[in-house]
Amino acid sequence: MELIIMPLIGGVLIGLSSTLMLFGLGKITGISGLYSSILTPSKENTWKYFFLLGLFLGGLVFNFLYPSKFFSYELVDSTWKIILAGLLVGFGTRLANGCTSGHGVCGISRVSIRSIIATITFIVTGVVIVAFEGVM
Amino acid sequence: MKKEFLSLFSGVIFSIGLIISGMINPNIVKGFLDIFGDWNYSLIFVMAGAIGVNVITFHLILKKKPLFSDSFNLPLKTQVDKNLIIGSMMFGAGWGIAGVCPGPAVVNVATFKVQILIFIAAMTIGMYLFKLVENKIS
Repeated sequence: MELIIMPLIGGVLIGLSSTLMLFGLGKITGISGLYSSILTPSKENTWKYFFLLGLFLGGLVFNFLYPSKFFSYELVDSTWKIILAGLLVGFGTRLANGCTSGHGVCGISRVSIRSIIATITFIVTGVVIVAFEGVM
Repeated sequence: MKKEFLSLFSGVIFSIGLIISGMINPNIVKGFLDIFGDWNYSLIFVMAGAIGVNVITFHLILKKKPLFSDSFNLPLKTQVDKNLIIGSMMFGAGWGIAGVCPGPAVVNVATFKVQILIFIAAMTIGMYLFKLVENKIS
């Protein structure tokens, strides 16, 4: 059950949030794009910074209220792997012009062939990497 | 101000969605990718919930006009090109290594865990490196 109900509800909230962004601002909620805009600060990007702030504030409140329930985990146990992963995620999402939110959630919902292909590609690659690590 | 507050509110809702669904937990995400091992299929239901909502709402919204804007600002590219494929493979590789993608990374910054700060610093650098070569690649 816990693999279904809360994930489903969380997914619905993610859907409602991106629906609100499209309805209110006419924008696609692609977080890699939103985040990358901090590299070129401008007044036009203010709404993007507020969205990112919202992500951060949600984390702040929930980490304060329910740290052990939602935030008790460690990342992979190797600093160089974390750095490599970060570089790949940063460069890759920009090259692909999207990530799990932009392509996976929003793009697929718009029936974008680019997003469908992108999502399949990054999921399959992720599966291969994890399988490879499992064998190592 | 309306746009900014709407964005802020949406960001909080998105954050809560990521948190309660477990998507901010890299072990749960890697569990989804661990199809040949100890498979955690919860991510499927997160996507189902999100896409289920959006397939209906996007379709309806796109017929009209945004509330606080003159027009929609949608991605222009329609062709599947090598940048999309290679970029997705790179992203997928990084995602598979650490189990973290941009959204959860930003939410997790709120924990101030050193590992997360290192990840997001590297992610920022990766994005910056792309900017440097963007004109030669795109």
